[in-house]
Amino acid sequence: MIDQLIFSAEVFLNGLMTGVMYALVALGFVLIYKASGVFNYAQGVMALFAALTLVGIQQGQVPFVHLINAIFGTHVENFGWNVPSVLAIILTAGVMVLLAILIEKLVLQHLVGQEPIILFMATIGLAYFLEGFGDVMWGADIKTLDVGLPQGISDTVEAVTAEWVGYGFFIDRLDIWASIIAAILVAALVAFSQYTKQGRAMRAVADDHQAALSVGISLRFIWVMVWSIAGFVALVAGIMWGTKSGVQFSLSLIALKALPVLMLGGFTSIPGAIVGGLIIGVGEKLFEFWIGPLVGGATENWFAYVLALLFLVFRPQGLFGERIIERV
Amino acid sequence: MTKLRFAALVAAGLMAAAPALADLVVPNLSYRTGPYGANGTQYADGFNDYFTLLNERDGGIGGEKIQVPECETAYNTEKGVECYESTKGSGALIYNPLSTGITYQLIPKVSVDKIPLYTPGYGRTSAKNGKVFEWVFNAPANYWDGASVAIKYLLDENGGDLNGKKIALVYHNSAFGKEPIRTLQDLSAKHGFTLTEIPVDAPGQEQKSQWLQIRRDKPDYVIMYGWGVMNQAAIQEAANIRFPMENFIGIWWSGSEVDVTPVGAGANGYKALTFHGVGMDYPVYDDLKTHVIDAGKASQDGQHVGSVLYSRGLYAALVISEAIRKAQEIAGTSAINASQLRDGFEQLDITPERLAELGLPDFGPEIKMSCDNHGGSGMARMQQWDAEAGQWNLITEFTEPDQEILNPLILEDSEAYGAEAGITPRDC
Repeated sequence: MIDQLIFSAEVFLNGLMTGVMYALVALGFVLIYKASGVFNYAQGVMALFAALTLVGIQQGQVPFVHLINAIFGTHVENFGWNVPSVLAIILTAGVMVLLAILIEKLVLQHLVGQEPIILFMATIGLAYFLEGFGDVMWGADIKTLDVGLPQGISDTVEAVTAEWVGYGFFIDRLDIWASIIAAILVAALVAFSQYTKQGRAMRAVADDHQAALSVGISLRFIWVMVWSIAGFVALVAGIMWGTKSGVQFSLSLIALKALPVLMLGGFTSIPGAIVGGLIIGVGEKLFEFWIGPLVGGATENWFAYVLALLFLVFRPQGLFGERIIERV
Repeated sequence: MTKLRFAALVAAGLMAAAPALADLVVPNLSYRTGPYGANGTQYADGFNDYFTLLNERDGGIGGEKIQVPECETAYNTEKGVECYESTKGSGALIYNPLSTGITYQLIPKVSVDKIPLYTPGYGRTSAKNGKVFEWVFNAPANYWDGASVAIKYLLDENGGDLNGKKIALVYHNSAFGKEPIRTLQDLSAKHGFTLTEIPVDAPGQEQKSQWLQIRRDKPDYVIMYGWGVMNQAAIQEAANIRFPMENFIGIWWSGSEVDVTPVGAGANGYKALTFHGVGMDYPVYDDLKTHVIDAGKASQDGQHVGSVLYSRGLYAALVISEAIRKAQEIAGTSAINASQLRDGFEQLDITPERLAELGLPDFGPEIKMSCDNHGGSGMARMQQWDAEAGQWNLITEFTEPDQEILNPLILEDSEAYGAEAGITPRDC
């Protein structure tokens, strides 16, 4: 029994770390939903696109190389240089800003005043477009992403826990870094929205579009800014998940794990995304540890969605979401 | 006049798009997009390139050119069935959808439409029993063969005794991943090892729970039945917990370059089964270079030539082309139909000598089919990843599976299917 409790503690800690990884994806959804009321179906694909672009820039890959070779009969391979990780991340962030500008100009601008469901449908289209565009631009191969983040068991944690409880815990160093980066990201986002002019404008738009417009806040600028920030968050999520298992097209499926996190934490709360992620991460891991063996295992996806469903029944706005009261 | 011109243009277009009547049509139900696109695209390239080689070098098979129209399934069962329905009317001779899910949906359809289904190394294992599955072929090896060959390898490693050893099966929680469970349970009873079954839900990007369990349980060996991102995530997690890679064995669908490359040096020593050779050290590649790659006719510009999955696609095309050749010989005509190809498959015998003639000496085991045996010998071999050299090395010869365990299981499963589907087994 003592062993089981010690193992549970290890599972709990790993659940927290996994929850942070889920929360990183959920944050992007929250930012866009909070500022514009749009559920961005393309957030997972944005993480994929950002990661593909990062690896492409890092490795000096020529964009659209297969298309260029097919059309012009050339045999171009790559630029033959490697870009340092930091510079590649900055350039990729620039690409995500450009993407945000294009999305605003080509999609959102034409849908101002439309029902939220129309905007949601537009993001579904965007997801399909971006996935295909990423494929044509960077190719379908799996790519190794290395920005210098360490991976593997933390010897320190293992040694300390072995001394304290007699069993060396496993904690992945990548997860530790993900937690630190997520904490910095959330602090930066909160500081941005609380203490900067643009951040306050973003909150004003989130509170009331019409009122914000009436005091001269540019809705278009706010949308570009929010989509840019969501693009940057997608880049961070893409780096973490891409480092874990390579950059490949299944990366977009991480969005599936963000949905229960959002239902739990609320679609409009940044702290909610973090807390929701942690609850889902810990809950699914402990459930799998204690109940999984009794029912054949593989309970994690099931548990996350069942928990989210329970929240939908009893607290539809999530833990930290704003309660929506509509008068008829 | 304008209408007449338009009609003539449409007719010309249709004639150009449709295969010529005498052509042999082998649709390629491929997936180059979606979560499994990185795997599917390499296989599809190998499949296409072999037929291109036959067309360019030999003028086709028996003088008939081969058309390989591609249809994108995105590894999605519904789309796979749509592809089948939309291409079967074009005179399709055979299907090879590279998906167990699509295969399960197509088995009843091909039986009605009388078109062979070739599923090397995947699909429904018990389709090996040709008495029940008249239109399905899965040589040279199936999932259960893989499980058995892996255990045989471990027996060799342990002086023929696995008594008291602990083996964990990490599997994709799907029809594919669950295939080896019954076999491994029976082998566990026979050889005295303890089997732990650890499912991973698709797609399998997050496997922390599973690998924490492995770290706690400390199994001697881990066998994996994975596909797509599940493989890279599992190999990475194994490296993270410092599980000895030489004790980690994947099925052939977990043993390609795409599975190990993202993990880097951590994947060194990882092993996987294979039912064909690896690398480009075979004479057929000289012909491919001359007639396909240098001629600019390679699928996707030849970017995947020589990879494991490319080789597997090429091998599937080779087996199909040999069956076509046999069918032409039996039917006495080069323009065969799907039923005649089925007959060709049932009498197929790809001997080591024939394989050498085709430029692939010792590439695969001998494939000898019959009315009741649609699965060949089931032989497979082990390969190991050398991360520094970035290549797979073959480390065993072809090994036969434990037919004593497998044959009764295949009989039981196929007969159960036959009873459910109302099929009376043929007399063979």
